[in-house]
Amino acid sequence: MTITQTKPGAGVEFRALRRTFGSTVALDGLDLTVAPGELLALLGPSGCGKTTALRMVAGFDHPDSGQVLVDGVDIVGVPANKRDAGMVFQSYSLFPNLSARDNVAFGPRIRKVDAATRRARADELLAMVGLPTQGDRFPHQLSGGQQQRVALARALALQPRVLLLDEPLSALDAQVRLTLREEISRLQKNLGITTIFVTHDQEEALSMADRVAVLRDGRLEQCATPIELYHHPATAFVAEFVGTMNRIPGRLTGSGRVEVAGQQMPVIGDVPTQTAVDVLIRPEDVRVSADVDGPARVVTVSFLGPTTRLFVELPDGIGIKADLATRQASGLGPGAAVRVELAEHPVMVSASR
Amino acid sequence: MAALTRRTRVWHGLVLAVFGLYFAAPLVASFVFTVDVPGQGLTGQAYADILGAPGFTDGLGLSLLLAVATIVLVLALVVPAMVAVRLRPGRLGTVVEVLCTLPLVVPPIAFVAGIGSILQLGPERLSDTPLYQTFLAVQDERFPVALVLSYTVLALPFVFRSLDSGLRAIDVPTLTEAARNCGASWWQVLVRVLLPNLRSSLAGAAFLTLALVLGEYTIARILTFETFPVWIVKVSGSEARLSVAVSLLSLLITWLLLLALSSAGTRAKTASEE
Repeated sequence: MTITQTKPGAGVEFRALRRTFGSTVALDGLDLTVAPGELLALLGPSGCGKTTALRMVAGFDHPDSGQVLVDGVDIVGVPANKRDAGMVFQSYSLFPNLSARDNVAFGPRIRKVDAATRRARADELLAMVGLPTQGDRFPHQLSGGQQQRVALARALALQPRVLLLDEPLSALDAQVRLTLREEISRLQKNLGITTIFVTHDQEEALSMADRVAVLRDGRLEQCATPIELYHHPATAFVAEFVGTMNRIPGRLTGSGRVEVAGQQMPVIGDVPTQTAVDVLIRPEDVRVSADVDGPARVVTVSFLGPTTRLFVELPDGIGIKADLATRQASGLGPGAAVRVELAEHPVMVSASR
Repeated sequence: MAALTRRTRVWHGLVLAVFGLYFAAPLVASFVFTVDVPGQGLTGQAYADILGAPGFTDGLGLSLLLAVATIVLVLALVVPAMVAVRLRPGRLGTVVEVLCTLPLVVPPIAFVAGIGSILQLGPERLSDTPLYQTFLAVQDERFPVALVLSYTVLALPFVFRSLDSGLRAIDVPTLTEAARNCGASWWQVLVRVLLPNLRSSLAGAAFLTLALVLGEYTIARILTFETFPVWIVKVSGSEARLSVAVSLLSLLITWLLLLALSSAGTRAKTASEE
C-alpha cells in the first residue's frame, strides 16, 4: 500500500468540553466542529486551552465533562494507543536510540507490520517529507527542522485519519519555519487528512489553515476562514488578537456612528452602553500624507519590506500605527508633519480601557 | 607561557603519581605478599589454591546469585516508580527521592540490628500462623531472601542517583506520549522506548549494586550467612595468603566488569553516532 492511498480524513467534533486543573479552567464548554479533510488551526494566547483540546483528541488528557467525537463516535474512553490520530509534538520527540527510518517504522512495528513492508513505508514517508537519504541518521545527527520532518513522517506512518500538530514549528528558525509550514500545507492537501494545528502564531494560522478557531479562556471566540476572521472579526478580542489593531478613543454619537480622530465612522458589531469607547482600526486603514500644516507628527518609522509602519502621534497625544506602501512612505521620516485620515470602513468599538 | 605549561605539566604528573601511588602501593604490597613466600621464593600457589579452597565456590556463587537477584529486584522496584514520578510530577517525586536516599544515613549496623531482631522475634510470635514459614523461608541458607531484601534497600540510593541522571537526559513525558501515539502499550513504552534510552544508567545502577553486594560484609556476617566477603574474612584467620589472593582476584573481577560495562556504554554511543 502506498502512502498516497490514505484513508479519508475523519470529522472531529468537540462537544461541551470542560476541563479544569485545580482552580484553573482550561476548557469551559468548548464546542467546535472540524470537517473531514480540513486543516483547522486552534489559535489563542497561552493558557486559552488550545493544547488541552488537542491532547484530548490524542488521548493524553481527559475532559471533566463533554465529548470528543471522531466520525460521530465518542472517543473519550479510548486509550491513547488505540486512537486513530498521529501527533507531532512541540518539543523534539524522536526516539534517540532509533534511526530516522526506525523512528518512522516504530508504529508499524508495534502493529506487527512485517519488516520489509514497514521499511518500504518508512522510506516512502521519509522521501515524502524531503529526507530521502537521511533514513540511517540518528536524531542527534539531524537539524531541528529535519527532526520535525521525521516526526511528521512518523505521525503519518500508521495512516491515521486525524493529524494533530502541537506547535510543531515553534522551536525552529524563521526560515525553516516558513519552508516547513508550506510543506505541511501541501502534504495535508495531498493526503486529505483532517488536521488540527495548535499555534499561538497568528501568521502561521492565517497562512496555513482552512479555518481558524480563536480560543480565549477555554471558550471559542470565533471559528472562520482566515479572511473572514481578519476582515469580519466577531468580537473585539478576535479583532485585536488577529493581525495588528489600533485602539483609539472615540465617542459614540448615536445612530450607529462613532466620532474618532475628527471623523465620523459607521459602527459594526456590539455597541457598548457608554458613550466613551475605544475604536478598533487596522494600520492599513490609516492613511498618512505629508502636509507641512498637518496636525500630527511621525514618531518612528519601521521598514518592513513591501510596507513601512509609521507610528504617528495625533494632536491630542494619542499614538496610532499606520501601514503604508513603502514607496508612499519614502518622504516621511521621524518628526515629519502629516495629516491622518481613516478609511471609511465600518469600525468595531469596544468598552474603553 | 611555555614555562608555565611545563610547570603545570610537572604538577599534573606529580598529582597523578601521588594518586597512583596511593592506590597501587597496597595492591602491589598485597600481590607481593601472596607470591613471595619466605623460604619458598616466588610462587603462585596461593592463586592455584583458590579454586580448591573449601567454601570458595559456594561463597562466590551465593554472592553472585544474591547480586543478580538484588539487581533484578531493585531495578524492578525503582525504574517504574521513577518513570511514574517523571510522568506525573508532584510531591510524590520528593517522597520517592527521600525514601531512596534514606538508606545512606542509616548505618548498616543499625539496619541489620533491626532486621536481625525481627527475623528472630517473628517466628516466636508467629509460630501458629503461615507467616512462620515465610520467616523461615527468607532465611534459607541456599538463597537467603532476607539478604536480597536488605541489599535492595542498601542499593536504593545508588540506583536512584544513576537512574535519575539518565532520566534527566531524556524527555520522558514527550517520548512516552510519542510512543503511545504510535500505538505502544505501557509495557512497550517501557521496554521499547524508555529502557533502551536508559541503557548506560541502568548498566551503572547494576554495576554499583553488584559491587555493593560482592563487598557487603556486616549484614551477611551478623545474619550468619556465608557470602563471599564473609568467607574471605573467615579464611584470612587460617590462610592469610589465600584470603589476600582472593581479595585481589575479586578486585580484578570487579575491574573487569567495570571495564566491560564502560566499553558497552561506549559501544552503544558509537553505534548511535554511526
